[in-house]
Amino acid sequence: MRALLLRDLRLALRAGGGFGLGLAFYLVLVALVAFGIGPQNTLLARVAPGILWVGALLACLLSLDRILALDYEDGSLDLLATAPVPLEAIVTLKALAHWITTGLPLVLAAPLLGVLMALPGPGYPWLALSLLIGTPALSTIGTFGAALTVGLKRGGLLLSLLVLPLYVPTLIFGAEAARRGAEGLSTATPLLLLGGITCGTIALLPFASAAVLRVNLR
Amino acid sequence: MASIWQYANPKKFIETSDKVLPALAVASGVTLVVGLVWGFFFTPEDYRQGSTVKIIYLHVPAALLAINAWLMMLVASLIWLVRRHHVSALAARAAAPVGATMTLIALATGAIWGQPMWGTWWVWDPRLTSFLILFLFYLGYIALWSAVEDDDTAADLTAILCMVGSVFAVLSRYAVLFWNQGLHQGASLSMDAEENVADVFYWPLLVSIGGFVLLFLALVLLRTQTEIRARRMRALTTRERMQ
Repeated sequence: MRALLLRDLRLALRAGGGFGLGLAFYLVLVALVAFGIGPQNTLLARVAPGILWVGALLACLLSLDRILALDYEDGSLDLLATAPVPLEAIVTLKALAHWITTGLPLVLAAPLLGVLMALPGPGYPWLALSLLIGTPALSTIGTFGAALTVGLKRGGLLLSLLVLPLYVPTLIFGAEAARRGAEGLSTATPLLLLGGITCGTIALLPFASAAVLRVNLR
Repeated sequence: MASIWQYANPKKFIETSDKVLPALAVASGVTLVVGLVWGFFFTPEDYRQGSTVKIIYLHVPAALLAINAWLMMLVASLIWLVRRHHVSALAARAAAPVGATMTLIALATGAIWGQPMWGTWWVWDPRLTSFLILFLFYLGYIALWSAVEDDDTAADLTAILCMVGSVFAVLSRYAVLFWNQGLHQGASLSMDAEENVADVFYWPLLVSIGGFVLLFLALVLLRTQTEIRARRMRALTTRERMQ
C-alpha cells in the first residue's frame, strides 16, 4: 500500500503538471478575479476568503480526472482491483495521493495569494487551517466523482457537473471559517462542522467510490 | 400469492399501467383544472399580497413534488440495488426529468412571486439556494444516465449517485441555513394548524397539490412505459443485426 502511494506521488511528480498545474491555475484565477473586480483593496479584502476558497476548489476540480483515468487507460486499475488489497483502501490511497499533490500545495500557497488579495492580517492562519481541514474532503469527494466517470470517453465536463453540488457544504463551511477568521470573530463552529464533513466523507465515501468503481470495471 | 413484486415484470407492468393510465390522466387533468381555476378565480385576494398570492397554487405543489420526486428516485434506486428489478431503475430514470422540471417551475414561479413581494427576482436565501443545488443534482443525475452506454452499468452508477446525492443534499440544506438566514416564509402547510395558510386558500391549494401529484404519477408511469418500450426496441434491433 505504501508502494502504491509512493508510485502515485512519483508519477504525479514526473509526469509533469501534477504539483505545478493546480498551483499555477490557482495563481491565474486569483489574478483574474483581482483584474475583474478592480484594484480597490477594501473590496478585495472583503471577498478574499471566499475567492481563495473557490479558487482552491476549482484547482482541485481541475486535477480530478487524473486520479483514476490514466490508470484505467493503461489497465493498471484492473490489476489494482484484483490485488489482495480491498478496493476501498486503494480508493482512499488514491484520494490521499491526490490530496498530497494538489490539496497540500494549495494550503501552503493560499496565504501567499492572500497577500495578493489584501487579506486582513488575522485571516492568514484561519484560511490555511480551514483549507487544511477542508481539502481532504474535496479530494475524497473528487475521487468518488472520478470513479463514477472513469469509463466515459469525455468525462471531464460531466465530472465537474456531478462533483460541484457535492462540494457545496465544504465550500460554505470553509469559506465561512476563513471569513470569520479574517474579521476576527470566533471560528470554532464552522471549523468543527467542516471537520465533521471531512471525517464523514473519509469514513463513508470510499465505500461508495469502491462500489462505483467495481461497476465500472465489470 | 399476489405480491407487489409481480409488477416488477415489465410485461405485467405495461399491462397494468395501460389500464390505469387513462383514468389517471383524466383524473389529474380534472383535479388540476378544478384546483387552479378555483384558486385563480374564486379565492379572495390576500390583504397584504394582493393577487400575487395566487401563484401559490403553482409554486407550492411544484416545490413539494420537486423534493418528493427525488425521494421516489432514492427509493426506486434502493430497490434496484437490492432486488435488481429493471422497472424500478427505469422508473427512477423516468422521474428525474419530471422532478427537474418541477424544480424549475418552483424556482421560476418563486422568482415571479419574489419580484413584487421582496423587490428582487433572486436572493441567496437558504430555501432558494437549496433548490438551486437540488436542480444541479437533477442535471448531474440525468447527464450521467445519458452518458453511460450500458444500461445496467448506468442504472448502478446513477443509483449510487442518487444515494450519495441525497446525503449531500440534506447536508447542503443545513449548510445553507447556517450560511444565511433568509427571506423565505415558513411552511405553508403543516400538521400544526397555526402555521397553515388561511382556510380560503387552503382547500384549493390541497386540490391543486392533488392534481400535481396525479400528474406526476401519470407522467412517471408514461415515461417508464416509454423507457421499457425503447429498451425492447433496442433489444430487437440488436437481435436483427446479429442475424
